[in-house]
Amino acid sequence: MAKVAAEVNRKDEQENVATLYLDGREIQVPASSSVLEACKSAGIHIPTLCHMDGLTPYGGCRICVVEIEGQPTLAAACVTPVREGMKIQTSSKKVREARKANLELLLSNHPLDCQLCDRNQFCELQDLAYELGVRKIRFEGEQQHHEVDISSPSVKRDLDRCILCGRCIRTCSEIQSVFAIDFANRGFESYISPSLGLPLGESVCINCGQCIHACPTGALSEVEHVEKVWDALNDPEKTVVLQTAPAIRVSIGEPFGMPQGTISTGKMVAALRRLGFDYIFDTNFSADLTIIEEGTEFITRLTQGGVLPLITSCSPGWIKFMEHFYPELMENVSTCKSPQQMLGAVVKTYFAQKIGVEAKDIVMASIMPCTAKKYECQRDEMRASGYQDVDYTLTTREAARMLREKGINLAEMPEEDFDEPLGLSTGAAAVFGATGGVMEAALRTVYEKVTGETLPKLDFMDVRGMDGVKEAIVDVKGTPVRVAVAHGLGNARTLLDTVRAGEVTYHFIEIMACPGGCIGGGGQPIPTNLDIRMKRIEAIYNVDKSFPVRKSHENPAIQKLYEDFLGEPNGEKAHHLLHTHYSCREKM
Amino acid sequence: MFYRAHVLIEMTSNSIHLGASQVKERLEREIAQAGLSNEVKVLETGPLGRGVPSPFLMIYPDNIMYAPVTVSEVREIVSEHLLKGRPVERLIVSETAPALKEGYFRPSPLAKEKRVVLRNSGLIDPGSIEDYIAQDGYQALGKVLSMSRQEAINIVKDSGLVGRGGAGFPTGLKLEFTMKAPGEEKYVVCNADEGEQGTFKDRLILEGDPHSIVEAMAICGYAVGAGEGYIYIRAEYPESIRAVEKAIESATDTGLLGDGILGADFSFQVKIRQGAGAYICGEETSLLESIEGKRGEPRIKPPYPPQAGLWGKPTAINNVETLANIPPIILNGADWYKSIGTPTCPGTKVFTLTGNVNMLGLIEVPMGITLRELLYDVGGGIRGGRQMKVVQTGGPSGGTMTPDMLDVPMAFDTLAQFNSALGSGALTVVDDTHCIVDVVKNFCEFFLHESCGKCTPCRIGNKRIVEILDRMQRGRGRPGDLDLLRILGENMKTTSFCGLGQAAPNPLMKCLDYFQEEFEKHVTEHLCDCQVCEMKPKRKEVGV
Ligand SMILES: Cc1cc2nc3c(=O)[nH]c(=O)nc-3n(C[C@H](O)[C@H](O)[C@H](O)COP(=O)(O)O)c2cc1C
Ligand code: SF4
Ligand code: SF4
Ligand code: SF4
Ligand code: FES
Repeated sequence: MAKVAAEVNRKDEQENVATLYLDGREIQVPASSSVLEACKSAGIHIPTLCHMDGLTPYGGCRICVVEIEGQPTLAAACVTPVREGMKIQTSSKKVREARKANLELLLSNHPLDCQLCDRNQFCELQDLAYELGVRKIRFEGEQQHHEVDISSPSVKRDLDRCILCGRCIRTCSEIQSVFAIDFANRGFESYISPSLGLPLGESVCINCGQCIHACPTGALSEVEHVEKVWDALNDPEKTVVLQTAPAIRVSIGEPFGMPQGTISTGKMVAALRRLGFDYIFDTNFSADLTIIEEGTEFITRLTQGGVLPLITSCSPGWIKFMEHFYPELMENVSTCKSPQQMLGAVVKTYFAQKIGVEAKDIVMASIMPCTAKKYECQRDEMRASGYQDVDYTLTTREAARMLREKGINLAEMPEEDFDEPLGLSTGAAAVFGATGGVMEAALRTVYEKVTGETLPKLDFMDVRGMDGVKEAIVDVKGTPVRVAVAHGLGNARTLLDTVRAGEVTYHFIEIMACPGGCIGGGGQPIPTNLDIRMKRIEAIYNVDKSFPVRKSHENPAIQKLYEDFLGEPNGEKAHHLLHTHYSCREKM
Repeated sequence: MFYRAHVLIEMTSNSIHLGASQVKERLEREIAQAGLSNEVKVLETGPLGRGVPSPFLMIYPDNIMYAPVTVSEVREIVSEHLLKGRPVERLIVSETAPALKEGYFRPSPLAKEKRVVLRNSGLIDPGSIEDYIAQDGYQALGKVLSMSRQEAINIVKDSGLVGRGGAGFPTGLKLEFTMKAPGEEKYVVCNADEGEQGTFKDRLILEGDPHSIVEAMAICGYAVGAGEGYIYIRAEYPESIRAVEKAIESATDTGLLGDGILGADFSFQVKIRQGAGAYICGEETSLLESIEGKRGEPRIKPPYPPQAGLWGKPTAINNVETLANIPPIILNGADWYKSIGTPTCPGTKVFTLTGNVNMLGLIEVPMGITLRELLYDVGGGIRGGRQMKVVQTGGPSGGTMTPDMLDVPMAFDTLAQFNSALGSGALTVVDDTHCIVDVVKNFCEFFLHESCGKCTPCRIGNKRIVEILDRMQRGRGRPGDLDLLRILGENMKTTSFCGLGQAAPNPLMKCLDYFQEEFEKHVTEHLCDCQVCEMKPKRKEVGV
């Protein structure tokens, strides 16, 4: 019997494998592979433009064409399934000429001024032109022109550089389920447009910037704050304060050639100090502060019968998404501001007092992995100090560019520390940068506050990792606390729909707009993909482990802030400075 | 309602510009005033081809064309021709197209004619299901319901019927694939998007014999195991939509659609979807996208519709003319069908003759007729006694026939051997007064306009091709332009995502080969022998 079963198994396996002839070499691949995947598994990386791992195959650019014996036309490898016995040629004359012709066609409708482009040196189109040996464009002619769309506070769209690969559209719809953009018009006049032809700034775009990572060219990039920050640095009247988000220290090394997943906290601080910031604080400090405020809010709701589940509020992209698509969950969302905004409010009040500088003379800048932070800091609610609490937000990419302009190579820097007193943080704050991190940090504090006992094991493995929706039940001294974590708004939608339908009841939910959490934010270095996200996450947990103190409520600087200035967690002053409110927005 | 006469009026952006809307309005008013509303119906139609002045009126079944028509002439046409039956000779011709005077062919006296799909059009009242039943209508449906699915499909397979929508795929096989595809829910779709310029055969069937399509869809539904059929009709055909709506309604009332049809364990419904108007929506997967309410863009194939079609379910999608063949095939058998046409391509084909022939019109003939017969016997020869230059078959994306192909039998397989295609059967005849660069550019402009924009070779390739042809016409052709055209055309053909882009360079490629000298003359000598192109080379060229 066992033997028969084994044979059946072997047969099944055989049926699931296809034998192909790749450039004359016999290879075996899973029968469900695409030609692109098959080639990759054999070490041949077919050039692509419209294809992106994790998105539905599209087949529009026709760069990935290969020759398949018996077929009169060339096949796009990304959308062609393998067939048993298929004979594939990947560099025949016909293939090479077709790829080149299609690339030249794309370039014939392209500005070709790489020097002036945001994506110079990080551009797939540019790389491909080099790799395919395009040295001249044979087909010149009319080019399409569009005004640069700078209506959004976060994402700039320069459609003249767009090659209509549709990766942004698929990211926005398939990963984020926002559906803010789509193709408009037809044929040569096609272009990407928010629905109803609105400018992006008036659309349902939630500013996450994931489309920027998806974009192979310079068509999408962040709205820059670089010049404004330089102006502040060069203004002797201003005290320029900087904060850096938890996710920056594990990614800012990448643009300087450091391996992905390198922790470069000390070098980062040293480099930024050399740019001329007067004080460099750590958003991790206010991440600890967030845990105190949000943890207190959760405990109050849990013990006094408030609206549950409580949903986190650190991710401004998620907040705008909620305001558009889930306004009925508004009461569930924590009123806590994000760590960026908490620190801004504390700097322009508490710290301003402390150093005897008026808030109006302080410029608060931040380095964030996030494009939505640019939008968040401009929201009307974010003026607790009487001024805009955070003035400018740089993405990791912009920060790296400023360092390069100044001629600073981060890799060569010594290690330096953040400034006191808003630079001190715990391991709990560090994990904010990864999906599940806010939940884990909150659980560490909530458990101890509620039970009065020391948490036996700090690591909550169930909420870590790249699964789209993660769940855990935490036993808080006999009370089972049910928590869930979602990252990427498509996953969030799945989770929230089950909550809204009453299928599951949770006590606490963490939502991050970006896949992987902040380390995968729209402002992170390019490229940002699954592999790189995982390396950055690993680094985040190593940062956590390196801290002697790994619970927010044990941060002495936080304790002192409450004693000296804020009073009670969730108290009146804390409420005024550290909490906010939301509003309903159109669904279209 | 049975109409004694149909008046086709050309409604295109060009003809509207030249007053077609006013003419139509006046026409309807005059017809009503003459008390002819129940006898004469006004239909809108597309362009008939080059050389016919706009706007024109075509009166069926008389096959008389007035062109161009002005508002002030309408009353006379109605009172003389439509009321008294006396064609207004004076208005039939125009100064600009004297050759049209010859008149238009009448299908009936022609020996070659063989009506299968047009068997009822113009002969029965399309609004009356009784009329259709009296012509053996719905008998084929009754017959298949007593057979197994496979038996029904075998008849279609044996008949050798291939799709008339352009691709020429064996219809029986398509039905069989759909029937055998795993899944409970399946669909039948009728492609009535008829986007090719110069064709109105599908429309004639839909409006002249709508029940034949409803019946055929029910037969296919039974054969593949579908409970629902969709008929996708272009929105520009409101009359067709109305005719089919009415047919569905009366078939449902009569129990020929709905639950437990003719007492059998078979239920079937037909729904109408209106086309979005874009040419690409005629491509089967774009059409499915459009029915599903999405942007009409082609899908990735495979999977093909018989595996995963409408809403991902197995779907048999067939053209109107293809479907119209099915009831007679079921009734009369495969052998009968095979006795018509050629051994390798049985049956008939509806051809529409437009352009520079003496007689314009539409005729159904057996497969295998030659182009020479069509042009000279049916069409009465080339206008003004000139020579044919090219004939475009099946609209721009069909095939291009050159004079060396006059004696090739017109059938899917034979034309394919000549790198040409039968397409939908619209024949656009171009005489030798036309410049080949101009002719080709016109076709290419059509594709530039119709490209959906999804893929690089078609979206940008068409644009570059038109630009190059355009500069050749202005005497600014450059050395190497012909090579560029060939590279662009070849690239579109081999790398475009869908049939539109793959077929788009067909006329260009075929003509580049056949008329190489004429193209070269434009580039090297800046000469257009036909004196069509302006050829004004400017001394100083600014930009492109
Ligand atoms: C660009 C394009 C346009 C098409 N337009 C039509 C059309 O208007 N009507 C039609 O029946 N088929 C059209 N087709 C062919 C269809 O894709 C498909 O082959 C046909 O509906 C199948 O039916 P058949 O097998 O009965 O021919 C078109 C194909 C392409 C590539
Ligand atoms: S998008 Fe790429 S190829 Fe285009 S200008 Fe920018 S860097 Fe150059
Ligand atoms: S904006 Fe970028 S991602 Fe979007 S279609 Fe254009 S090139 Fe592709
Ligand atoms: S070939 Fe490409 S651009 Fe042209 S219609 Fe098809 S999918 Fe659209
Ligand atoms: S990568 Fe395959 S078609 Fe674009």
